[in-house]
Amino acid sequence: MNSLLVADTVSKQFGNFTALNGVSIAVPKGSIFGLLGPNGAGKTTLIRIINQITMPDVGAVTLDGEPLQQHHIRDIGYMPEERGLYKSMKVGEQVLYLAQLKGLDKAEAKKRAKHWFEKLEIGAWWNKKIQELSKGQAQKIQFVVTVMHNPKLLIFDEPFSGFDPINANLIKDEILQLRDEGATVIFSTHRMESVEELCDHIALIHKSNKILDGEINTIKRQYRNNTFDIGVEMDASAFAKAETALQAAYKVSPAEFKSLGDELKLRVQLGEQGNSNELLKQLQSYGQVTHFTEVIPSVNDIFIQTVNESL
Amino acid sequence: MSVLSLIIKREYKARVRNKSFLIMTFLSPLILVGMVFLITYLTQLNSNTKRVIAFVDESSVFESVFSTTDQTTYINLSDQGLETAKEVAKDEEYYGLVHILPSTENTAFDIKFYGEETPSPGLVESIEAKIENKLTDRLLLEKGIDPEMIENVSRDINIGIENYSGEKSSKMSNWVKAGFGGAAGYLLMMFIIIYGNMVMRSVIEEKTNRIIEVIISSVKPFQLMLGKILGTTMAGITQFSIWVVLGLILLTVAQVVFGIDPSVTENMSNAEIQEILKDETLIVQIIEEAKKLPLLQLVFGFLVYFIGGYFLYSSIYAAIGAAVDNETDTQQFMLPIIMPLMLAIYVGFFAVIDNPHGTVATIFSIIPLTSPIVMLMRIPFDVPGWQIALSVALLIASFVFTVWFGSKIYRVGILMYGKKPTYKELFKWLRY
Repeated sequence: MNSLLVADTVSKQFGNFTALNGVSIAVPKGSIFGLLGPNGAGKTTLIRIINQITMPDVGAVTLDGEPLQQHHIRDIGYMPEERGLYKSMKVGEQVLYLAQLKGLDKAEAKKRAKHWFEKLEIGAWWNKKIQELSKGQAQKIQFVVTVMHNPKLLIFDEPFSGFDPINANLIKDEILQLRDEGATVIFSTHRMESVEELCDHIALIHKSNKILDGEINTIKRQYRNNTFDIGVEMDASAFAKAETALQAAYKVSPAEFKSLGDELKLRVQLGEQGNSNELLKQLQSYGQVTHFTEVIPSVNDIFIQTVNESL
Repeated sequence: MSVLSLIIKREYKARVRNKSFLIMTFLSPLILVGMVFLITYLTQLNSNTKRVIAFVDESSVFESVFSTTDQTTYINLSDQGLETAKEVAKDEEYYGLVHILPSTENTAFDIKFYGEETPSPGLVESIEAKIENKLTDRLLLEKGIDPEMIENVSRDINIGIENYSGEKSSKMSNWVKAGFGGAAGYLLMMFIIIYGNMVMRSVIEEKTNRIIEVIISSVKPFQLMLGKILGTTMAGITQFSIWVVLGLILLTVAQVVFGIDPSVTENMSNAEIQEILKDETLIVQIIEEAKKLPLLQLVFGFLVYFIGGYFLYSSIYAAIGAAVDNETDTQQFMLPIIMPLMLAIYVGFFAVIDNPHGTVATIFSIIPLTSPIVMLMRIPFDVPGWQIALSVALLIASFVFTVWFGSKIYRVGILMYGKKPTYKELFKWLRY
């Protein structure tokens, strides 16, 4: 798959502080790419380099195969973590101004603004000032400003922080639609669980270094460890006996999941040699199996595991 | 439309549409004119208060000089003696009591003024003058000289000043030049402070609104800073143009209504104004002198130094705005701006007016931070070409430097939140 954006061993120093240390990422065209890591890891610095707000000390970034140049800002839509609008400026004027800064001419900007305002049903706000709008309303305007110039690459830094759930869902749907229409999306966040289900690809950044990247399912497959959550309906008096039997063969710990009955609930780690079918057969001999699910590691788990391994 | 002109347009509109801009623009000329009239009125009121002053003249020489006028009534208490007179003056709440005691044969006197409060220096001087004149006349008469004769032979001398190529000037011309230069310099300082602050506030506003990162993902920080400075400058020029027009209208109205020229009434009483108005030659002289000023050079110089000086300072203002999170944090960085401006104004009003081509005036008109104001004040006095050339060259060089320097700090500062930077940190930012 060819990449829309490639950052090649990018490093950035601020005085004595290293914000990025030889980080490389490749964002495939048409994907949703998660740039994940705790606060202060260097995500925002990398995004600012992609937006040409800061220049890398070492390394290069290419967009569609070309080294980044001034005109590329038109191909990128960026919603920073620190976002805001001119409070005393009218909504319409402001949207047109920001679109024109991105290189649209006025007539085109007007046309697209109308389109988006209709789509999000916010046409009535055109002549209001931002300070007259609620926070959620201003967020919608912010989104329109980000996507209005039809960028190839959309970058959202902490995309859903500060959005109320209704708006967050609405924006999520719009982003997915834009992706379907051909845009590539980068989500950067420290709340990994918030974007996990959306991302096709991820890169984990920790303390200025990239510690892991790739297609999310491939990564998860690498980190699966043959663990299953199981539930068996049987007489409560037999729980202890069954558990002891399982403990003899596998690593067993209590499991938490929702169910209707009072089953025996356990998390069973089969180990490298273990076979899930054999476990299933064994469970069937105890009673009615109600639950048998492979435990897929969350990105958060993978992150913690990777950080621990690299120490 | 280019990005820069978009930014300039937005900044201009944002300034001009601001309510405080409108209020400032239309109210301040009214306030200014109102102040002039208030001051005129108050000075009249002040000098109109009647005073009663008693005197005890034990020499009986000066009784005739204490003649009652519109503003001061003199009461002769010579026959009551000092102690009684003091009590009378106190009881009757007179403004004061003058006591004259002859010491040596009516040629030297011991004179005292008693009063509840310290008398105004003007009053003391006028009493001193009265007594001095009378005494001089008396002594002249004793020596056999008629005082009137002295008056008849005394002459006013006016030295005509010309340079070697025959151009005439006069003391009056020096005052007119100083007036024009001073006004230009003062105007520039006001412009720098008012509009520099506006640039700074607008930078801080973008930071606190958190729109800054959205904007600089579209344009270069340098473009944004430059657009901001230019847009604000244009708003400033708009405001000054409106003031000039409004000022002219108000002046005309005032002249028609009151028949006086408010610009000269500030420190003068009514009687003096009447005297000046009678003496038309003074006004004619001023106009004649104003016509003789190197007007083209003045206008050109004003523009060059105005733009250069304003850019020099406003880029520093922009950098300060970028370095802080809110306006209260700007105080610590204000000193480097206010100091040279104040210095320039003081040098201008003291050194330049005293000696426009002296060493101090010359040096400060060449140093970039003070040159816009000081040189503007010197230009009416015919500054040598090389000095102007040097000062403009230095101004341009340092203006390019501060814009570069300002944009460096600006570029880093606009993305920094939460901490109040020190000078040391600002210096570090230059290398990011």
